[in-house]
Amino acid sequence: MTATKTVTPEVVREHGLSEAEYEKIKSLLGREPNYVELGVFSVMWSEHCSYKSTRAHLKKLPTKAPWVIQGPGENAGIIDIGDGDVCVFKMESHNHPSFIEPFQGAATGVGGIMRDVFTMGARPVASLDSLRFGEPSHPKTRHLVAGVVSGIGSYGNCMGIPTVAGETAFHKSYNGNILVNAMCVGLARKDKIFYSAAKGAGNPVVYVGSKTGRDGIHGATMASAEFNEDSEEKRPTVQVGDPFTEKLLLEACLELMATDAIIAIQDMGAAGLTSSSSEMADKGGAGVEIDLDKVPQRETNLTAYEMMLSESQERMLMVLKPGREAEAERIFRKWELDFSIIGVTTDTHRLIVRHKGEVVADMPVTSLSDAAPVYERPFVKRTPMTGEPGFDASRPVMDSLVRIMGTPDMCSKRWVWEQYDYTVMADSVQRPGGDAAVVRVHGTNKGLACTTDVTPRYCRADPYEGAKQAVAEAWRNITAVGGVPMAVTDCLNFSNPEKPEAMGEIVAGIEGLGEACRALAFPIVSGNCSLYNETQGEGILPTPCIGGVGLLKDVNRMASLAYKREGDAIIVIGETGGHLGQSVYIREIEGKEEGACPPVDLALEKKNGDFVRTLIESGHADTVHDVSDGGLLVAIAEMALAGGIGATLRMNYEHDRFIPVFFGEDQARYVIAVPEKAADAVIARARKADIYARHLGYTGARSDGGEPVLQGVGLPPVTLARLRAAHERWLPEYMAGKS
Amino acid sequence: MKSAVVVFPASNCDRDAAVALEQITGTKPTMVWHGDAEVPKDVDLIVLPGGFSYGDYLRCGAMARFSRVMADVIAKSNEGRLVLGICNGFQVLTEAGLLPGALMRNANLKFVCRPVGLKVEETQNVFTRRYDAGQIVHFPVAHGEGNYVADEDTLDRLEGEGRVVFRYAPGDNPNGSMRDIAGILNEKRNVLGLMPHPERVCDPLLGGTDGKVLFEGLVEALS
Repeated sequence: MTATKTVTPEVVREHGLSEAEYEKIKSLLGREPNYVELGVFSVMWSEHCSYKSTRAHLKKLPTKAPWVIQGPGENAGIIDIGDGDVCVFKMESHNHPSFIEPFQGAATGVGGIMRDVFTMGARPVASLDSLRFGEPSHPKTRHLVAGVVSGIGSYGNCMGIPTVAGETAFHKSYNGNILVNAMCVGLARKDKIFYSAAKGAGNPVVYVGSKTGRDGIHGATMASAEFNEDSEEKRPTVQVGDPFTEKLLLEACLELMATDAIIAIQDMGAAGLTSSSSEMADKGGAGVEIDLDKVPQRETNLTAYEMMLSESQERMLMVLKPGREAEAERIFRKWELDFSIIGVTTDTHRLIVRHKGEVVADMPVTSLSDAAPVYERPFVKRTPMTGEPGFDASRPVMDSLVRIMGTPDMCSKRWVWEQYDYTVMADSVQRPGGDAAVVRVHGTNKGLACTTDVTPRYCRADPYEGAKQAVAEAWRNITAVGGVPMAVTDCLNFSNPEKPEAMGEIVAGIEGLGEACRALAFPIVSGNCSLYNETQGEGILPTPCIGGVGLLKDVNRMASLAYKREGDAIIVIGETGGHLGQSVYIREIEGKEEGACPPVDLALEKKNGDFVRTLIESGHADTVHDVSDGGLLVAIAEMALAGGIGATLRMNYEHDRFIPVFFGEDQARYVIAVPEKAADAVIARARKADIYARHLGYTGARSDGGEPVLQGVGLPPVTLARLRAAHERWLPEYMAGKS
Repeated sequence: MKSAVVVFPASNCDRDAAVALEQITGTKPTMVWHGDAEVPKDVDLIVLPGGFSYGDYLRCGAMARFSRVMADVIAKSNEGRLVLGICNGFQVLTEAGLLPGALMRNANLKFVCRPVGLKVEETQNVFTRRYDAGQIVHFPVAHGEGNYVADEDTLDRLEGEGRVVFRYAPGDNPNGSMRDIAGILNEKRNVLGLMPHPERVCDPLLGGTDGKVLFEGLVEALS
């Protein structure tokens, strides 16, 4: 064979394969693999592609419901949203590339997840991004924030898909390993869904999109190892994105999908041509033969190894019905894209690759999928953190509020989302800054509510409860806008699974996720795992990020957090116990990350949430906010800022209870504002349903000078102007290098 | 009123424009592929939509202006047919020489998406006749290259001839445009280019209907 290296134990090690794994490859092939085959095995058996550490545990997750059309295992999950419409969505990590090259890493993360969605026949309609950076004082953080945000914007904006929601947070555990989790939500018709199973023999295998280059080789393997000092030398493994080509690819694919020429289609993501061809053949119970000489190439002298492992972006592999090639080619040529028939499906169940007339790889497709190793890695479950942190009860409440509203995690992320086009497609009926974004289903009054959530400090204190909380918060955020939570995609970001403590976090996290999703009838339909998020032995906080999607029957009956009228009664639904453990308050004001995280009572979540949603759906509440980070007073302040309307609090708590009451992070709570004359009826209705509801005060307070203020219960008034200045100031100043 | 929307490779507001046009004019616009030889003969209004034609490679709009259909767009505009360029469409119009000046990178070098206040400076034209002169309206902007630049003589002339139709409201200039210019007319007043997106504010659920007035004015003028 030409241009291949000899396979030595050293070469095997460089490919991240263990001795035992290499032995298994030999027994599956009945011989030594050659260099190309070794490369193929190394990517397909990488943690990133094979889920070898998590597969045994992921099986425990609930993935079914009557409305689930496609669960995990395809390019994306699919749910039925009625009237023949389906919603296709998935979230995926692009952590390692984004740390090495933030702009391209984040951009191609967005591009990759969009392809996962439109390869199933859906037009993407919303993009969300959950971002975690290191502490602001770390020398790299500013550069990473700037690069990631601009990379996401450049890709999503050019695609013309609105970026509508997400999170941006900071913690020192991400100093050497940021998280970039990109989610894409799309819409398709139920009778026009496309899958990746390449059923049948003798069908043409077609390559479309961009040409293949040397970028991204071994990206999947990089994502499956810890970072060390040399990791930045891996920059060549980061792919380079071209959203212009992807936009053309999207339109061309959807145009071809309007016909019935396609048997199967899959994007070339991680492990490129290797994973797309072998997975399509595997799912269809077929084999595939590929001739690499037919692959459109961007560079000269590409070897078979490089072509099989390239992660060049904006490429798709399709299996067409025989005889439909010319019709398909016409469409792709119209969009000025490459189109090449590179192979054929077979009934041999083998992946056979030819290059320059020689067979350079020949292996059973199942050896890359079902036969991939599955590890029951040893784990130890850490005892959750317990106790209640102490606090100074004499600290001034309003000053603490102002401070919290201006902290890196709690401040306005306007600087981020104003760089994203969130209004394109003219269906974004609830925009960034709310609990969940709402995107109207085009041409209807239905809406999709979308959110991403996780509270890593809770997950560190207790991975099980923390994972439950992430699900509960996503469920709550969808509920708070009036949506019925439908299904979940997850991005499970953890550290090194080969360390029993870290594996313990993974196992507990997955169990917590499963528990919450079952209790809330919120099945998991897609997602990915990103492990080895560790740099020089330092792991990240466990970060199982949840992407939730819900359905609004009528976007005209939607709630948002902004106060809308002066004189409305402010009511909290759900009881406040004053849980300060792991709260933002204790971290930001007392400077401690201590205590138990708030426990999540899933039955209570459901009961309170269903009650609030009914109020919204029946037109009794249009102003709702979930209570999460920062607690009750922060929620009230956020609602005031969003509406530009102040509030007066009138609650009869003891003064020494103010701090836990105002800043505790008890779960299953919502703040709502309703016209005063309706307040008693709402509270009575809640009590009748055995739901805790309490009147907290009124919207619309003003200072003597007429300025909107937040005031009451004997606390000195704080103007919204002061709160807003604190809330809006930090991020732009930080990015300008001023703080 | 009959309208057409030109679709360049990576136009991405073509659908938004079509939806707004259909909603307001009651007739579906013709979608015209950039490689076509001409726009349908009976069309009253040609819209060049927003987006990233040719990926903004080289310069925004610099490649799109060489698209085959542009020769016909230019010919029809010379005959007095109405042409509306929104965002990337405005960039294409300046590159094609149908409007003076150029759109440079935003002064702060960042893409910006937000609603902006716009002062309607001119109502003596077919596009803004339904607005009140001096009225402040709100349209969203979403662009990385909307910083309007022209030489002083051109700017003086535009202002002197009443061709500055929209100006960013005081303090609301999102991109550093000279003299806060957001939208301008050609000499014959049948070609309008603007960076903000009227087609995205034709529905109360999307933050207002200030953009609808522009299209309603066109319908009225052409009926």
